Amino acid sequence: MWPRGKRNGVCAATIETSAERKGWNGMPQLTIDGMSVQVPEGTTILEAVRQIGVRVPTLCYLKDIQAIGACRVCLVEVQGSRVLVASCVTPVLDGMKVFTNTARVREARRTVVELLLSEHNGDCQTCNRNDDCELQALARELGISDITYPGEKSARVVDASTPALMRDSAKCIKCRRCVTVCGQVQGVGALFPQYRGFESVIGPAFTNELAEVVCVQCGQCAAVCPVGAISEKDQISEAWAALDDPSKHVIVQTAPAIRAALGECFGYPPGTLVTGKMVSALRRLGFDGVFDTNFTADLTIIEEGTELLMRLKAALVEKKEVALPQFTSCSPGWIKFVEHFYPELLPNISTCKSPQQMFGAVAKTYYAKMLNKEPKDIFVVSVMPCTAKKFEAQRPEMHSSGVRDVDVVLTTRELGRMIKQSGIDFVSLPDDKMDSPIGMSSGAADIFANTGGVMEAALRTAYEIVTGTPLPFENLHVAPISGLEGVKEASIEIPRAVPEWSFLDGATLKVAVAHGLGNARKVIERIKSGEGSYHFVEIMTCPGGCIGGGGQPRMTDNEVRMARIRAIYKEDEGKKLRKSHENPEIVQIYEQFLGKPLGHLSHKLLHTQYVERGL
Amino acid sequence: MAPEKLGCACEEVSEQELLARLDEVIQEYREKPGALIPVLQIAQGIFGYLPESALKRISRGLNKSYSEVAGVVGFYSFFSTVPRGKHLIRTCLGTACYVRGGKRVLDSIKRDLGIDVGETTPDKMFSLEVARCFGACGLAPTITIDNEVHQRVKPLKVHELLDEYRNQGAVAEKGA
Repeated sequence: MWPRGKRNGVCAATIETSAERKGWNGMPQLTIDGMSVQVPEGTTILEAVRQIGVRVPTLCYLKDIQAIGACRVCLVEVQGSRVLVASCVTPVLDGMKVFTNTARVREARRTVVELLLSEHNGDCQTCNRNDDCELQALARELGISDITYPGEKSARVVDASTPALMRDSAKCIKCRRCVTVCGQVQGVGALFPQYRGFESVIGPAFTNELAEVVCVQCGQCAAVCPVGAISEKDQISEAWAALDDPSKHVIVQTAPAIRAALGECFGYPPGTLVTGKMVSALRRLGFDGVFDTNFTADLTIIEEGTELLMRLKAALVEKKEVALPQFTSCSPGWIKFVEHFYPELLPNISTCKSPQQMFGAVAKTYYAKMLNKEPKDIFVVSVMPCTAKKFEAQRPEMHSSGVRDVDVVLTTRELGRMIKQSGIDFVSLPDDKMDSPIGMSSGAADIFANTGGVMEAALRTAYEIVTGTPLPFENLHVAPISGLEGVKEASIEIPRAVPEWSFLDGATLKVAVAHGLGNARKVIERIKSGEGSYHFVEIMTCPGGCIGGGGQPRMTDNEVRMARIRAIYKEDEGKKLRKSHENPEIVQIYEQFLGKPLGHLSHKLLHTQYVERGL
Repeated sequence: MAPEKLGCACEEVSEQELLARLDEVIQEYREKPGALIPVLQIAQGIFGYLPESALKRISRGLNKSYSEVAGVVGFYSFFSTVPRGKHLIRTCLGTACYVRGGKRVLDSIKRDLGIDVGETTPDKMFSLEVARCFGACGLAPTITIDNEVHQRVKPLKVHELLDEYRNQGAVAEKGA
């Protein structure tokens, strides 16, 4: 803790403290720009400032994740202090007088940003962050019209080695947000400051590229980068090329998380559902069919739920050695994480492909057959909240239809840019509906977008199959596994099972849910130490789940995550169908095409295998 | 600075044996906070430099990401990821040595050896590096050769000084 006394030139002796006054309640009182404010001890000046609605700019700060005082943009003046202090790392003291907007503060911030700009080898007009760049916005806000420190620019090394991400060292301002998110939040540690001084770069070990190191391509680095130094690999031109090719039947699938976030690209507040407008926009972009990844999310539940029940049966009835707990497999960053760090757990991962890849395989077989077309004539574009989905689509095994099952993956941000490029006025669009026969979905599919959702969707179906009665939770929501706690657990009792599943009579199904790979590690360690024992575990790579994915509109903090999650639950609750097995298009695809869950065609099209990748 | 000079990294000892020695060191340090830099120092003593195989071992053993280990190695000029010659020369270019002619000493060494900073002579006898202060500013300009500090080095005497080391090798070889 911050000791009373001299620190950063702040002399406590000059300040009359509340401790000396009567009625000290442990809450320091300070003034900020003349306004009196009382905050809990340990609060930083920045947090106190934000509480009273004063804006102090920041570049390296990330609420709840990083406060390191690296960028020096949040400088404020404290009475009695010789030097300006970085407000993000300076705790308040009782009696402190803080000034956020003096001539000295403004001048210092301008100097700091000018120095950053003097190294920043940016090309604003052609940068994909143009108009969405924190450095650019800050320069404008501070009224910088001239850079008075001409000098050397940061060297440009472009890393285009992965299908998902682009790195441009010349634009990096070394704020270290990506380092902290990759290392602390995700527990991956692909990025770290390399070398020293002006030569220092933020990147993988030495001069390695991302494809050569342990990187799961989740894009959380790109989601927090304040500038254009790390971004998604833009595939908009590939999508346009397909749409302009008359020989292709171009269809699109949208992941459930898009509808709760795309609006943010057009000025809507976080958590605004724009499903109908999104469908309209996609149709106007020229797609021949507008479908829903939700459909294959429902399909995933049938396959993955059956897989779990079969594993349980093998373990409990046939007394076979089977890998339990079963882990979910929807999140490609998580899959790559296990392939690198925990290859011994690969047998525990559900063999189900992710909904994106199931969609591609079904679209180029089942749907193509209906149209009397060859797989090669269908072009599948995905819109995903995720950069790792770009990697997943390019995995060599994802060719179940004979050609690449998913051709192009766009992130939510790319779709936002594409809609703007086309001149569509998104806000004034009417609502439209997804096409059939691979566009209908239940509410259970919607909640694939958020942490706890896949588990809840699976339980809604599995419980009903096993007991013949609906999942006994209010509104079908499994409260213990919802919300933003890092690791969540629940036990579901099965009081009476139908004859087919009688071996589960009286059993208790234990489940766990984790989001963010750092939390995934915790669950794995719990299982390995024997502290936790589960049957089924849901892991989503990104904090909050897909609604907080690396391809979503910036910036995503916990408030934004919660707003998007509320929107997703609203979408779920607004549907007549709430359970995957009730979706008539799912019933239809099994009757007309797949046969039965885990059947021969399912194995060929909907299931996959994994590889060990090493460290 | 090197806490121990565990022989040289010549072919007699296999990489497997060296890695086994490194494993013991990692084992000893793994629970200690701030273990990374001492382990890197000792590893450099074992291998003569820091090969990728050793760095990966350290990364896994100390539970630190490889990017972080690399970041620390790249930050400190003391660490080298390329094999070095028999003798390592470090020329101080700290403030005191610099103003008292450290740069001229460095140029003289470069000329004498025909190599640049960070390089090794073709006969693998000398490697040359730059350092930032040995804490012997009163003796400026200073250089170190292996673990010996040489004070008030004169650019014109560099050749003579290096000859001592060249001859050392010759004498030792003759003796052997």
